[in-house]
Amino acid sequence: MATTQEAKSKGKLLLDSVRYLNWQSLLAAAIIAALLVVLLVQAVRDPGQFVSQLLVGITNGAIIALIALGYTLVYGIVELINFAHGDNFMIGSFVGVTVLSGAFLGLGLFAPVTANSGTGLKIVGVLLALFVAMGACGLLNVAIERVAYKPLRNAPRLAVLITAIGMSFILQNVGLVWKGSSQISFPSLISDGNALAAFTDAVSYRWKDLFVVLVTIPLLLSLSYFIRSTRQGKAMRAVAQDKEAAAMMGINVNRTISVTFLLGGILAGASGVMFGLFNGTTVFDLGFRQGLFAFTAAVLGGIGNLTGAVVGGILIGVIGSMTDQYIGVRWTDVAIFTVLILVLVFRPRGLLGDRSAVQGGGGE
Amino acid sequence: MARAREYALPVGLILLAFLFPLINGALGLGLMFPVIVVAVYVMLALGLNIVVGFAGLLDLGFVAFYALGAYVVGWFASTHFNEVSFRFLSALPAQTSGRELPGIHISFWILLIAAGAFAALWGVIIGAPTLRLRGDYLAIVTLGFGEIIPRFFLNGDDIFGYNLTNGTIGIKGIDSPGFPFLPESLNTWRQFGTLDLNPWYYTILVLVLVTIFVNIRLRESRLGRAWMAVREDETAAAAMGVNLVTTKLWAYALGATFGGLAGAFYGAFIKSIFPTSFSFNISVLVLCMVILGGMGNIYGVILGAILLQGINFYFLPQLNEWVHAIGAALNSPLLENADIPRYNFFLFGVLLVAMMLLRPEGIIPNRQRQEEMREAEEDDSATELTRA
Repeated sequence: MATTQEAKSKGKLLLDSVRYLNWQSLLAAAIIAALLVVLLVQAVRDPGQFVSQLLVGITNGAIIALIALGYTLVYGIVELINFAHGDNFMIGSFVGVTVLSGAFLGLGLFAPVTANSGTGLKIVGVLLALFVAMGACGLLNVAIERVAYKPLRNAPRLAVLITAIGMSFILQNVGLVWKGSSQISFPSLISDGNALAAFTDAVSYRWKDLFVVLVTIPLLLSLSYFIRSTRQGKAMRAVAQDKEAAAMMGINVNRTISVTFLLGGILAGASGVMFGLFNGTTVFDLGFRQGLFAFTAAVLGGIGNLTGAVVGGILIGVIGSMTDQYIGVRWTDVAIFTVLILVLVFRPRGLLGDRSAVQGGGGE
Repeated sequence: MARAREYALPVGLILLAFLFPLINGALGLGLMFPVIVVAVYVMLALGLNIVVGFAGLLDLGFVAFYALGAYVVGWFASTHFNEVSFRFLSALPAQTSGRELPGIHISFWILLIAAGAFAALWGVIIGAPTLRLRGDYLAIVTLGFGEIIPRFFLNGDDIFGYNLTNGTIGIKGIDSPGFPFLPESLNTWRQFGTLDLNPWYYTILVLVLVTIFVNIRLRESRLGRAWMAVREDETAAAAMGVNLVTTKLWAYALGATFGGLAGAFYGAFIKSIFPTSFSFNISVLVLCMVILGGMGNIYGVILGAILLQGINFYFLPQLNEWVHAIGAALNSPLLENADIPRYNFFLFGVLLVAMMLLRPEGIIPNRQRQEEMREAEEDDSATELTRA
């Protein structure tokens, strides 16, 4: 008896949800369905290529997700689109390549780590590059917050956004002065070979892809642990909910905001080094494009929502690689910016829900 | 008497602007070309001022309208569509070496209006779906559009096999404007040339003056007051009967119109347009001009445009020479070979941050805007004091 009633109410719910669908969501559903059918046709035609592209997309998505987390963490706490975050990521890749070249701060600390170095040295080099870049970017992000955003905490939101744009240009030019305007190549330390060579030839999953996933997962787990289970993480959640109430409970709001920026910077640094090792190059204006992709990912998942940022990042990575493969590399940017606009216009809350993207109505 | 004093400064400045080519010629300054480019930016900044300064909507994709205006002129006043041959009131001679001219050639003056209208249409298309969004989201959506449109021009040489925009090569050989009905003696006015820049100068001067006039009239109109109300408090404005949607759409459409007009003039003046010249940097540069001068203040915005382009054209090359001289004196190859003008956006970045931190209302502030920028902070410090 109870079960039939439950089923009935469920059916009613479903019916209601169909009845209340407006033309916008119907249109969106139709477009997404059409795109998925096209993709499916391609997948059936050449499954190996499709799966390989999907895996590359996931790897790129992991790199984007780490940057997106920085946007979403900061937005969740101070409601600022940290425009300079993408450029912080670029600085991270520059720090990484500098460490690997062995000539940090103009000192020849050790010999450059190159493709011909021994495996042990490669591992040490990559880890060192990762840690130094993470530290540098974390501190840089904290410093930017102190200098540029903190004095404006009570100013109109647009003022802070404009400052962030200014910081973005400053960082970009720091990169330009530091390494020049040409592409900087990373040593190819991680094999391009297929990790699945032992099983199949049709699907290509390179060691590089595996490396990115192997670095990303522990980072995500430790971030999740930090926010869920430590005192400081708890403080972050409290400040995100209500700054004033948190301050009254004795939480040091300024310190908490600094820690948030530190975390975002650390993730961006790791992401920058991985991007360099994965793609082989970096350039001073990398941060603009990559940052916008990551921002798109954060919005797609629902800004302020950490799981959303990771899901959004991977989705954006996959959308990018699918566009690369089936439409053409030169349309990838347009495709992703279109996703950004469509999400912001039709579903500003993102897929998993956010904190107040539209004036007045945030929490539903 | 007070009225006369009020008008003395603008009238003097306008007179000076009209006499500038004579002064330039007499003193042999050779400033015509940079001054025309500066005037184009003044127009852009005044257009953006409507959106950012009057209505308080941050638009990071303003370059899109500039590009659209330029491409309208590129498409309809060049040999780009060479499969057809169409000519309408164009200043160009009808035939060259006995053959019909390929491509579409329409009078620049008609295209100017068309470019403004086309940009306004896009302003509405971009603005309409984004109006529900809050300020910073709106900024990002406009940034997205500002990126997509130049990229479309970049990749548009193969739209299902059709070459719409000629890709990276851009559109070259754009027709010069002119008044073909004038007598022979006014040859440089019949078709504007590259040697005599006076006709170009007076054209852009008239365009700038029209822009300023429209800006002033708008600011004091019912619509201008509605913008101000929306900027200060959307909810209160809506409660007072201001239609938020049409008010904001007008801001977008009018701002875009001036962007389109400036683009159309620039396209005809430079004669060749490339998608790479419409980058995000231009949007930020124009935004810098508006912010530096003072959001919402027409004089301030004009001053901002002149200052920043002055820095670009004169201060940075000059600084470059000084640094090179110091480098030579100190025997430092690093300083001697430094390319300072390449880092101009570093300066603009610092400028944005410094202005927001120290003087968010700009050099010549709009008084209301100044109150708004300061008010928020004072409110908060007041509540903090009472709380303490």
